[in-house]
Amino acid sequence: MRHVLSLLLENESGALSRVSGLFSSRGYNIESLTVAPTEDASLSRMTIVTSGSDEVIEQITKQLNKLVDVVKVMDVSEAAHIERELMLVKVHAVGAAREEMKRMSEIFRGRIIDVTESSYVIELTGTQDKLDSFLGAIDSALILETVRSGVCGLGRGDRVLKVQ
Amino acid sequence: MVLTGAEIVVRCLQEEKVEYVFGYPGGAVLFLYDEIFKQDKFRHVLVRHEQAAVHAADGYARTTQNVGVALVTSGPGATNAVTGIATAYMDSIPLVIISGQVPTAAIGLDAFQEVDTVGITRPCVKHNFLVRDVRDIAVTLKKAFHIARSGRPGPVLVDIPKDVTAQRCEFAYPEQISIRSYSPTPQAEPEQIRKALQLLLAAKRPMIYTGGGVVLSNAAEKLTRLARLLGFPVTNTLMGLGGYPASDKQFVGMLGMHGTYEANMGMHYCDVLLAVGARFDDRVIGNTAHFAQEPRKIIHIDIDPSSISKRVKVDVPIVGDVGDVLDAMIAGLESGGRPNPELTSAWWRQVDEWRSRNSMVFKNSDEIIKPQFVVQKLWEVTGGEAFVATDVGQHQMWAAQYYGFDEPRRWVTSGGLGTMGFGLPAAMGAQLAHPDKPVACITGEGSIQMCIQELSTCKQYRLPIKIISLNNRYLGMVRQWQEIFHGNRYSESYMDSLPDFAKLAEAYGHVGLQITKPGDVEGALREAFARKNDLVFMDFQIDQTENVYPMIQGGKGLNEMILSSEDL
Ligand SMILES: Cc1cc2nc3c(=O)[nH]c(=O)nc-3n(C[C@H](O)[C@H](O)[C@H](O)COP(=O)(O)OP(=O)(O)OC[C@H]3O[C@@H](n4cnc5c(N)ncnc54)[C@H](O)[C@@H]3O)c2cc1C
Ligand SMILES: Cc1ncc(C[n+]2csc(CCOP(=O)(O)OP(=O)(O)O)c2C)c(N)n1
Ligand SMILES: [Mg+2]
Repeated sequence: MRHVLSLLLENESGALSRVSGLFSSRGYNIESLTVAPTEDASLSRMTIVTSGSDEVIEQITKQLNKLVDVVKVMDVSEAAHIERELMLVKVHAVGAAREEMKRMSEIFRGRIIDVTESSYVIELTGTQDKLDSFLGAIDSALILETVRSGVCGLGRGDRVLKVQ
Repeated sequence: MVLTGAEIVVRCLQEEKVEYVFGYPGGAVLFLYDEIFKQDKFRHVLVRHEQAAVHAADGYARTTQNVGVALVTSGPGATNAVTGIATAYMDSIPLVIISGQVPTAAIGLDAFQEVDTVGITRPCVKHNFLVRDVRDIAVTLKKAFHIARSGRPGPVLVDIPKDVTAQRCEFAYPEQISIRSYSPTPQAEPEQIRKALQLLLAAKRPMIYTGGGVVLSNAAEKLTRLARLLGFPVTNTLMGLGGYPASDKQFVGMLGMHGTYEANMGMHYCDVLLAVGARFDDRVIGNTAHFAQEPRKIIHIDIDPSSISKRVKVDVPIVGDVGDVLDAMIAGLESGGRPNPELTSAWWRQVDEWRSRNSMVFKNSDEIIKPQFVVQKLWEVTGGEAFVATDVGQHQMWAAQYYGFDEPRRWVTSGGLGTMGFGLPAAMGAQLAHPDKPVACITGEGSIQMCIQELSTCKQYRLPIKIISLNNRYLGMVRQWQEIFHGNRYSESYMDSLPDFAKLAEAYGHVGLQITKPGDVEGALREAFARKNDLVFMDFQIDQTENVYPMIQGGKGLNEMILSSEDL
């Protein structure tokens, strides 16, 4: 099963490698991992997308909680939540493809943020699935490069990950 | 008061009431050694290899309730310490290791004797720090000691660049420390304890399985009290030995790969299992799928939630300190009623029948020294009261099987990592902690050579350790597996060109004895322990072909034991 874990960690050098080292040394999956500072300068927030059986996810959560730099862990995907990922796609855009790309980008609520004679850069936000379907919908031969931020997520409503 | 970083480190160690620092100097720690030279509140013990510094601090910590301290230089000093750190990590031993680092400005430039010590040790410490500012030294060391000794203990490394030890700042040692991301001592839920007692009171085939957590929590007396109230059989892991008195009639011996028949059968066929500070290691449970085939309810007390339901699914998890939880269980039993002994009488008959197989029996000989016999005699000669450190191999298992420990913190062995070379330096730490008590190091001719240089340290600090080398001229544990699983092909497991250990000991300034006949075993041991001030190296030339039994082969279940070579 796929899980989205959210972590608050001390904003200290080395904290990231403690988390990533834990995943590699214990053989846990990482599908994506993002980390950035929060509004509280002493904390960073990390989102990890991982997968495993219930037992494995339970161990991952316990092991993360054990790390001294980890302040809080929440399995965001355990209940109602929101996920977003950002993707930039550079595509070849000449002739008929130029109009077609623009149309596809609009259908997926993307934005063209860079234009040259022969290319566009399209910015797209959404769930992992949505970004995957966009890539599936356009002609793959026209894709020059893609870059994705990895998933960010948080719980809906009252589910808040915060240090008191 | 304005002090240098080096002065601050020394003051912090004094504030922590450190008795001994085990270490080895070098460029990056010169300022620290200069301050050590100027003080006399703690003693520095100069080992001959940094691995031994950490093992000695570890032996000191295991035989006291204190944090062990080691000090090493940057680069090779730190990498030599890694085996010691990993050893302590696997057995949850509280240590603070201070390592020197190249000056801050040189970090990352492949400076002389630079390694990323924090990076190298990260997977084998409870936590580690790189101190980049002199103002952080005191609070970091305070945190390091706190983290090392609280919750599930473990080693903490503090890496200090050389320039930081020379800078100055105002010194104040924090009285209290709180780390928002670290809450080490969870309070057990009363509801879970209630559920556990309910299961225990109704059990027909109960078993108490206890481990290193009982020793680490200093809860041996409480465990004995609870076990007496319940009247159930008790087994210990290798790390738990001494956590319950071996001479007690409820004790069924060690369990696991080389445990007793009654302990393993009891573990397999019980209907309610109370696991106390033990982590269902693969050397204990063997094949978990096989273990799970037999239905039973499991109650598991552990301070570390990640130890619970890691390898074996648990029915009643109790997250908390062993001592606190046992107190609550004892109180519950004292007010709420005892188990009815009739419920378990049939089970006890079964356990006693298994016990009557006498799985620890061995064929003694008049011609050749049997290792089990040496350990039995050691127990007799020391009245079961010695501190016993071991190395790793067959001799370690014979020590565990034939030296019955009635008290905790007497047994010092590397269980989780299984580090050859651990025994002698660990015995040094134990002897320094208990200068007037007998300390034995049970070793093999292979293992002892991994830290033999420490005979020199023993001379310098007059440590009268009694080394009992069960010399089988083989890497015996390896040879045993090759005999059983690899068609007697003894690939590289013969110890060729061995030194004359008695003479070697003499060369270091100690007493050396070589013992070849069973009739001389007791006399040699008596002579050795009568020499209160001397280190005596006893080189027992034992039966080369002796194997450790009973045994459970890898992948097999607890009820599929080999009791002797005839079962093969
Ligand atoms: C050659 C060789 C052969 C071996 N054969 C065997 C064998 O036959 N049988 C055997 O048992 N072992 C054997 N071992 C040892 C084995 O590898 C493990 O080290 C050992 O079984 C682990 O013991 P333990 O479960 O008591 O855990 P430990 O490693 O001692 O762990 C202690 C547990 O207690 C918890 N704890 C710590 N402090 C507290 C506290 N205050 N409150 C609550 N919980 C706490 C910890 O979180 C941890 O889960 C062998 C080792 C070697 C090298
Ligand atoms: C540092 C290290 N290297 C290798 C091993 C693998 N190993 C386990 S037991 C053993 C043999 C030990 O030989 P010896 O010390 O003579 O003890 P014996 O088994 O003969 O009693 C070896 C090589 C180990 N445990 N530790
Ligand atoms: Mg040997």
